[in-house]
Amino acid sequence: MLKIEKLHARAGDAEILKGLDLEVRPGEVHAVMGPNGSGKSTLANVLAGRPSVEVTAGKVLFEGRDLTELEPEERAREGIFLAFQYPVEIPGVSNLYFLKAALNSRRKHLGQEELDAMDFLTLAKEKAKLVEMDEALLNRAVNEGFSGGEKKRNEVLQMTVLEPKLAILDETDSGLDIDALRVVARGVNALRAPDRAMLVITHYQRLLDYIVPDVVHVLAGGRIVRSGGKELAQELEEKGYGWLTEDAA
Amino acid sequence: MSAAWLQELRREAAARFEELGYPTTRLEDWRYTNVGALAKTDWVSGEGRHDDVTPADLEHLTFPVFACSLFVFVNGHFAGDLSSPRALAGGVEVTTLSDALRDDPEGLRGRLGGLADSKRRAFAAQNLACFEDGAVVRIPAGVEIEQPIHLVFLSKPGAAPTDSHPRVLVVAESGSRATLIEDYVTFGEGEFFTNAVTEIFLEPNADLEHVRFQRESARGYHVSSLHVRQERDSRLAAHSISLGATLARNDVEATLVGEGAHADLYGLFLGTGRRLVDNHTTLDHAVPHTTSQELYKGILGGRSRGIFHGRVIVRPDAQKTDARQSSKNLLLSSGAEIDTKPQLEIHADDVKCSHGSTIGQLDEDALFYLRSRGIEEEQARALLTRAFASEVTDAIRSDVLRQRVQDQLLEILESE
Repeated sequence: MLKIEKLHARAGDAEILKGLDLEVRPGEVHAVMGPNGSGKSTLANVLAGRPSVEVTAGKVLFEGRDLTELEPEERAREGIFLAFQYPVEIPGVSNLYFLKAALNSRRKHLGQEELDAMDFLTLAKEKAKLVEMDEALLNRAVNEGFSGGEKKRNEVLQMTVLEPKLAILDETDSGLDIDALRVVARGVNALRAPDRAMLVITHYQRLLDYIVPDVVHVLAGGRIVRSGGKELAQELEEKGYGWLTEDAA
Repeated sequence: MSAAWLQELRREAAARFEELGYPTTRLEDWRYTNVGALAKTDWVSGEGRHDDVTPADLEHLTFPVFACSLFVFVNGHFAGDLSSPRALAGGVEVTTLSDALRDDPEGLRGRLGGLADSKRRAFAAQNLACFEDGAVVRIPAGVEIEQPIHLVFLSKPGAAPTDSHPRVLVVAESGSRATLIEDYVTFGEGEFFTNAVTEIFLEPNADLEHVRFQRESARGYHVSSLHVRQERDSRLAAHSISLGATLARNDVEATLVGEGAHADLYGLFLGTGRRLVDNHTTLDHAVPHTTSQELYKGILGGRSRGIFHGRVIVRPDAQKTDARQSSKNLLLSSGAEIDTKPQLEIHADDVKCSHGSTIGQLDEDALFYLRSRGIEEEQARALLTRAFASEVTDAIRSDVLRQRVQDQLLEILESE
């Protein structure tokens, strides 16, 4: 589904990714772990198409298509979803309106009928229940004045509504207490499906107790330096990153 | 035959306009706004004929509600067949200016032309000399009316460049509460010039929301002035929504002459293409214990130009005045320009006055966030721009009207 080869990317003047390789097949959940500054968020941003991140070399293929040629909105309609590490507050745009516009653009692209306001409201309420999000937040402006946990739930809500093929979770666990973490994980696990893949980016092993990955990668110095099964995450928890990053540096 | 005082008033105004001529950029108040093209055009007075305008057209141009409080003027002439009966709930009266001048001229004496200073203002003088007709609105003492009174001014250009000079006079008697909409739209193609003047008298404890919604077509020049006199404990909420015309100049003047009076001035202006939108406001705190709050937001794209000039006067004995002014602007392109200038003239010492202005661009992070969810870049920009405007539009009391303003804004933004 996703194939990354020798990817180099820069944000501003700094080269962050330096020859990254990664392959994710349908149905798989991959965890990408690594110390701060290793390039985890840059990888997420490359996949979602953030304009300030520039791909300088290498290939990113999504279902065989060159992802770098697509605009962010085109990627979203093709089924890529990034749950932001720092969801953006947008005063003046209602959460419900935003979600509906997002879903309808995807449905339109898939040749499905767009949902009207009533049908959409029903769907949104049902999904909000799944992530235990207060319905009142649907009528508020996007993320405006939301707590950290509410913002992350809102990300997972969007993900469950949009049903992407490839979901990228960029440190969705950061700043969450254990209850919120469980709720978020439940939302994510509910989406696991044979035709869907997930890339879970995290600094800590904790999230992976709830979202159990098929493969764990360690990103350091802009490259994947080690890949393994879910037990690799446990090893990292015990030993830290030092023993791996020394090689990369 | 109209009353002698009126004839005299209009004769003087005509003479004054001849003397003043159209303003030039040499005048401080018109520094940024060149009306040379308007001055050079030979304008023909617009006709009131409107056989080709159907109620459906009207519905399409304005908004399809409140049919029972709708009053339509075509090139300044009253269109009775498109309007509702003139007596409304609670005894609210909407009369044409010509009827009022015929039936009760003395009732208008001192009011008509009483606030818009035609000695100093060329366009006000021209309007007073040339007005075709207009509306006189009276909200009786103690009457509160929920449903907005909706005045539609339809410019309908003919083969030659067409002008019209609509005029509105409002008296909100003590303790009354109402919403008045002045809606400026265009029917058909051609060049036109609208020169509108509105005078509003707020008696003690009256509460009036005034919404000026201008969305004329791109071949129009639009000059307007609104003048309000506020007595004790009266409240004004004036919204100036300026979305259309190639050149729009909007003056708003509120004079607070009674203690406890409060004025809210809201403005939203949109510049696209090569449009110019100029807003001049004056808040005159003439007595102690009056308050005002002003928020103007400009959205400027293409090579358009916006001007906000906000003047606040605190007269020598107007202690305890509280006046807050804010001008916020969004530049959507590198070719767009905004000039924003507060002008505080404070002659009392125990007052609170503040002003601030900002000029910014769309938030790139928010734009990426929307796009990353599948929303087209152009639509995302329009959404964020409408969101910027919402601080102003949210202040409109009527749900239907607020929705209409927001929808229309989005429609224009998405079509640019």
